[in-house]
Amino acid sequence: MLVFTIRRLMQSVIVLFVMSLIVFIGIYAVGNPVDILINPEADIAEQEATIRRLGLDRPLWSQYFSFLNSALYGDLGTSFVHNEPALELIFERLPATLEIAVGAVGLAIVIGIPAGMVAGLRPDSLIGKTIMSGSILGFSLPTFWVGLMLIMLFAVMLGWLPASGRGDTVDLFGVPVSFLTWDGLTHILLPAFNLALFKMSLVIRLSRAGTREVMLQDYVKFSRAKGLSESRVILVHVLKNILIPVVTVLGLELGNVIAFAVVTETVFAWPGIGKLLIDSIGLLDRPVVVAYLLLTVTMFILINFVVDVLYSVLDPRVRLGDMKS
Amino acid sequence: MNGPAPTLQVEGLRTHFFTKVGVVKAVDDVSFSVDRGEVLGLVGESGSGKSVTGFSILGLVDPPGRITDGRILFKGEDLVGRSESQWRTLRGARIAMIFQDPMMTLNPVLRIDTQMIEAIRAHEKVSDATARQRARDALGQVGIPSPDERLKAYPHQFSGGMRQRVAIAIALINKPDLIIADEPTTALDVTIQAQILFEAQKLCRETGTALIWITHDLTVVAGLADRICVMYAGKIVEQGRIDDVLDRPLHPYTHGLIGSVPSRNKRGQPLEQIPGMTPSLMNPPPGCGFRARCARAAAECVRDPDITSPVDGRQIRCFHPHLEDA
Repeated sequence: MLVFTIRRLMQSVIVLFVMSLIVFIGIYAVGNPVDILINPEADIAEQEATIRRLGLDRPLWSQYFSFLNSALYGDLGTSFVHNEPALELIFERLPATLEIAVGAVGLAIVIGIPAGMVAGLRPDSLIGKTIMSGSILGFSLPTFWVGLMLIMLFAVMLGWLPASGRGDTVDLFGVPVSFLTWDGLTHILLPAFNLALFKMSLVIRLSRAGTREVMLQDYVKFSRAKGLSESRVILVHVLKNILIPVVTVLGLELGNVIAFAVVTETVFAWPGIGKLLIDSIGLLDRPVVVAYLLLTVTMFILINFVVDVLYSVLDPRVRLGDMKS
Repeated sequence: MNGPAPTLQVEGLRTHFFTKVGVVKAVDDVSFSVDRGEVLGLVGESGSGKSVTGFSILGLVDPPGRITDGRILFKGEDLVGRSESQWRTLRGARIAMIFQDPMMTLNPVLRIDTQMIEAIRAHEKVSDATARQRARDALGQVGIPSPDERLKAYPHQFSGGMRQRVAIAIALINKPDLIIADEPTTALDVTIQAQILFEAQKLCRETGTALIWITHDLTVVAGLADRICVMYAGKIVEQGRIDDVLDRPLHPYTHGLIGSVPSRNKRGQPLEQIPGMTPSLMNPPPGCGFRARCARAAAECVRDPDITSPVDGRQIRCFHPHLEDA
């Protein structure tokens, strides 16, 4: 376990380093922020002063090394636009994104696994076929369109749920959260559902495939031959076996949900990091984009690690101590 | 048979599978009985309906199959047509089953103790400690060393032979009246096979449990069973006491089967074979299922032969049995 952790850590550092290089060069190539940031009516001396202050007059390699140097001390640069440390900007908005991401994964699990198991147990029934057709829609309809339709149906036509924003928030350990107030909850529901739709379809398909496969196994027949009730056979013997692939995929998808909630956050005007990223790219706010992407990479590395650990909890045949990588 | 009813009496059992392309008559008019403490060998080649017979007795025939006719009398009470919950109170408690492949019968993600204790608690309200104690005793009974530690292990930490012992321990755990063993030693090597056979026999003698041992291996039943049923194409073609049937087979199929087993007496001579293949059970034509492969087949074999008892204590389905040897 210790060897596994150390190896993982070393790999992570290399990944982070390579990533920072790619991102830095990439955002450099996209465009020059000077054109956007500086008032065109300012005189030449003022413009040059600003360029020097932002460090944009130096060559790329020099900019990169000074970035790397301060990054080692935990400083990922200061936003050109907001004039605030980029990390702080991101962390301010992170709770909002975490909230709908966790909500979305929760919805995907709570709805997806039972629906997938029903479809797996009764593949030829009307309900089984309905669930599967629904999951195809969930896969193929574009997120932004579904989001707009949800707003039209529930916010405009029915007027049941609000269309945008976070609603009332309460501070939990100094972090503002929406899910503890009724108003906040009604605000979360639509964006979380919109974000969950794709994952839900994925979970439905995985659970259905798993259920159909596991139901044919001898151990299911043997557990019936032991006289167990059908609910115990399905909820213990079958469920625990199909959870293995579901946890693997969902763990990786959690990272995706957080990192790429961009579309949903934009549609529902949800003040999370996805919206921050889109705004920053639009304004060529280099430090924020770089910090965001590095943070995302770190998050993926962490999630992968947690999934490996969880996997060994669910499947006793996987022992991290035996892992060679 | 006077006195109490036999542990299990199957009468005219038919289990058919209704598939899209036709009806598979996997079990077609099968009758036999097993007494307390008796070991019945159910022998036949692959696809002869032995396993489906076993699953029918437990009410575990998978759709599209179902029992279409016949009676399954367990201690005198008919099980056919019972509700699912009534079957469930019997399964694992009064009638237990051991499966063929020990690598597949235990759930890989659940610990042995979980899988044993749930078998007890499905039928009795007992405390966790009592159930654990009984699980421990059952493991000891089938010869698993240090049962306390083994209870906490997962199936993948056991060898094939050990897993089959665990499966047998689970079958024994509620002290059933009948155990159906579906080729339990086929996947094991010969030395383990011998140990498990010995233990199975001992347990039946000691506890009075009736045992149906399903196998395709004549040498296994020879040393184990009291009586033998030979199945062919969904029907029992011959049954009787094990020594009688093996020494003087009456049905041409049994005759061929025994002739094809290698033995010391036939050293150097080519083994006899039964020509042809098992017929498909999908929409079988009427008449004796063996007639296409039988040297003694004649015109009347296109009719279904009835069960006859030409020799005392023997039953066969054949118009031309090997009576001259008897």
